[in-house]
Formats: sequence, C-alpha cells, structure tokens
Amino acid sequence: MGYWEFLVEYLPKLANGAVMTVMVMVCATLLAVAVSMVFGLMRLSSHFAIQGAATVYIEFFRGTSLLVQLYWIYYVLPLMGLTLSPFVSGVLALGLNFGAYGAEIVRGGIQAVPRGQYEAALALNMSPFSRMRRIIIPQIYTIILPPAANLTVELLKATALVALITVVDLMFVAKQINATTWLSAQVFGTALIIYYAMARFALIPFLRWLELIAARKIGKA
Amino acid sequence: MDTTHPQVLPEGSPLVRFSGVTKCYGPLTVLDKLDLDIAQNEMVSIIGPSGSGKTTVLRVLMTLEKINDGVIYVDGEPLTHMPKAGGLTFATEKYLHERRSKIGMVFQQFNLFPHMTALQNCVEAPMQVLGLSREDAEERALNLLELVGMGDKKDQHPTRLSGGQQQRVAIARALAMRPKVMLLDEVTSALDPEVIGEVLNVIRSLNSEHNLTMIMVTHQMGFAREISDRVCFFYEGKIAEQGSPEQLFGDPQNERTKQFLHAVLDAN
Ligand SMILES: Nc1ncnc2c1ncn2[C@@H]1O[C@H](COP(=O)(O)OP(=O)(O)OP(=O)(O)O)[C@@H](O)[C@H]1O
Ligand SMILES: [Mg+2]
Repeated sequence: MGYWEFLVEYLPKLANGAVMTVMVMVCATLLAVAVSMVFGLMRLSSHFAIQGAATVYIEFFRGTSLLVQLYWIYYVLPLMGLTLSPFVSGVLALGLNFGAYGAEIVRGGIQAVPRGQYEAALALNMSPFSRMRRIIIPQIYTIILPPAANLTVELLKATALVALITVVDLMFVAKQINATTWLSAQVFGTALIIYYAMARFALIPFLRWLELIAARKIGKA
Repeated sequence: MDTTHPQVLPEGSPLVRFSGVTKCYGPLTVLDKLDLDIAQNEMVSIIGPSGSGKTTVLRVLMTLEKINDGVIYVDGEPLTHMPKAGGLTFATEKYLHERRSKIGMVFQQFNLFPHMTALQNCVEAPMQVLGLSREDAEERALNLLELVGMGDKKDQHPTRLSGGQQQRVAIARALAMRPKVMLLDEVTSALDPEVIGEVLNVIRSLNSEHNLTMIMVTHQMGFAREISDRVCFFYEGKIAEQGSPEQLFGDPQNERTKQFLHAVLDAN
C-alpha cells in the first residue's frame, strides 16, 4: 500500500482523532489558565494558610508524574466513589498539572510589574483588590505570554497521554490503525506531522496574535 | 503607654504633624526623631543632600512605608496609628484606607498606568475609590488635564507622551482625588526646560487659589526660593535648618546648609 492510498483510507479517521485532541487541549488549557491565576495569586497572599496551600498544590503537581496523576484520577478516584469519564479525567489531569506550572508564571509576572505601579495605585488609595484587578493584572500579559505560550505547546504534546485512559484522540486512533495494519511508519509518521502542524500553524500563530494584542493594550506595539 | 502622642491634636493644630518620627532600614536610621509641622495652605520645600531622607519623608506620609517610632498626624488625627485603649497602636489597613485619600503624591518617575490613556489614568481612582460616576469623574479629569495643559492629549497612552507630558498627567491624576496635601518628589527633574515654568504656574495657582497644601522635594533651588513659604534643609534624617526662602538662601546659619548651598550653586 502506497502512502497516498494509506492517507485516503486512514486520514479521515486520524482527523477525527485530531478533533478530539483539540477538544482535550482547549478544555485543559482553559482549566490550566484558571488554575494558574488562582494559585498564582494565592502564592502571593500575605495570609500564611492561603500561601501555604498554593505552595503545597504546586509542589505536588510539579513534583509528581503527569502520567501517574492521570491514572490516579481515572483508576483510583472511582475506588473512592468518584467515577469520571476518560475525557473529563484527561482534561482534569492535564489542567491541574499544567496549572501548577502556570501558577509560577503568573506569580513571576505579577512580581515583574514595576513596583512604582503598585505604589502609584496605593497612593491613589485603591484597595488591594482594585490594585490587583485594575492595575497589576492588566500589565502581566505581555510578561507572561511568551513563557505561557511555551507551556501551551507542551500541553498540546502532552495530550497524547490521554490515549492511555481510552480517550479516542489522535494518538489512540493511530495506535488502533497500527494494531490492525502494522503500517507503523506511515501511521506514527502521519501523527507526528499532524501534531507538528497543529502547533506550528494554528496554536503558535494564535499565541503570537494574543501577544500582539497584549502589547497593544499597553501601547507597546 | 506613650503619653507624648495624644489620640487627637487640639483645635487649630497644623494640617500635618510629624512627631518624633523615626524610620530605619535595618541598621540605617533614615529619619531620626523628626518633628515637622505643615500648616494648612502652606507650601514647604525640602532640600538637602542625596540620601538625607527627603524622599523618605514623603513616602512615610503617603503610607508607602511604615515608620518605626513616633506618630504622623493629618487633620488632627493620627495617620500612622489609631486610637486604642487610651493610647495609640499601629494603624490597620482599613484605618489607613479611610484616611489615605487626604494625601496625594506625584513621583519622580511619573508611574502612569501604561495600559490606560491619560484620561483613564485620571478617572480610575476617583471612580474606584471615591465612587464618582463616570460622567463626574471624566468632567473632573478633563478640567484637571486642561489645567496642566494636557487636554488635547487626553486619549493618548503614556508611551506616546514625553516625560514632561507624562508628569503633567501624573499631577492631574493625583489632583483628581482632591487631596488635602500634595507631595511632590522632584517632579520637575524630568520636565523639559520650556514646560517647567508652566508647571510652576500650575503649582503656584494650586497653592494660592485652590487651598492646597504642598510638600515639595526639589534639587532646584531657584524654584524652591521662588515658590515656597518655608524651606527645610535636611541632613542625615533631621531638619538641620528651616526658615523662609529669604532667610535660608540669603542668610543660612547652619554650616551644613552653607556648604550644601555653596556646592549646589557652584554646580550650576
Ligand atoms: N527600601 C530601602 N531599603 C534600604 N535603604 C533605603 C531604602 N529606601 C531608601 N533607603 C536609604 O535611605 C536613605 C534615604 O533615602 P531617601 O530616598 O529618602 O534620600 P533622598 O534624600 O531622597 O535622596 P535623593 O536626593 O538621592 O533622592 C538613603 O541612604 C537610602 O539609601
Ligand atoms: Mg529622593
């Protein structure tokens, strides 16, 4: 079977898997962004317990294997009475794990806003909440977007792990085709190209566009 | 309990009073038992060598820094402290939040919010903090931007403005909160020579017509001499000498003052 015939036969199936990969990726990214913001802010809290809780969370999710976390959520939580679908388990593991990395990026971004900004807002007697929401947070995007973009590309690649808990994503479909056809080079070669194309021609341009918007917001572009 | 610092000052006390204020950074004493009164409507200039604590005086009054000892009063009430059981205890953030709007500050480095236009910079705090409607806040801001000659640039972001223009917006932004005391930390250092006169006029009119009390740190002796009611010479965290501009510049008594003025005048 030539590569052209292989594509005609199996590309539609792989494309279906890719759609699932995108869905996992989008949901997990949204969760990771929310987790990053919440725990990034908590890390900077002056309240000991709040800061401590965030530190423990981040240490735990960064310090242990993503694959083990994934298995834990999918196989162990049911034993404790919480059964989640493969899709939800996958999104949860990816979002919670990458959120822990993202939280550190958010914390760094907040700390990188010049101190004078915080002082000017304080001199105007803005409350701690307003200072954060209206003055500091709007200025972190240009700082955090480049590292956050790297992390997002990493997340896209990490989505392949959800195939291991039977989410029918690109990787899962590729393994299925491989099991019936033994055309390993064609199958996994095509999967690699699809992952690369998703990152290179969709995700990265999108993230660049976000960076541009952020720069424009503070008058830098 | 400390009896030298009353819970309220008697009627007719100055608008701002530093009473035995000490500020340390680690082993370094930056303000050393400072006593300083600022009367309503007074224009006080602070001069002195680098590192003498001029900026720190403004920062502790703005509550950007906590003091180690003494009390600062504003409007007869303690600012750094609050009444408790017959004495005073360090103020909580809530207590400070209820009083901080009486003080406004303009920084050496402008510190405008880069993600907001000139107008938005001036509208933000009056809406968020004073609860003004957008309409009222914008009207107030536009008047002030006109006052500092920035009316036509109201929709520009700070990155599109020169340093001098940014500083004028920063003055308008501080004024928009209608503070009782304005603190100016070397605000003219960054201004272009041709706009200094214009800003000086603004500051003078604020002082005489708008009943605004001002404390100004400056390295420009001509400016201080021309505009101040009183000049304080700082040396190592203390006021080494103070008096009217004529007195302090024309006939300084303290050796340190003489040396400093000589050095500054030689440099010019
Ligand atoms: N956050 C800080 N930590 C440690 N030391 C500080 C801090 N801020 C100021 N100082 C020190 O306190 C002293 C007084 O500083 P301050 O900024 O009040 O001086 P200044 O009179 O305004 O000087 P200049 O004319 O250079 O602006 C200096 O020796 C300075 O190094
Ligand atoms: Mg200074």
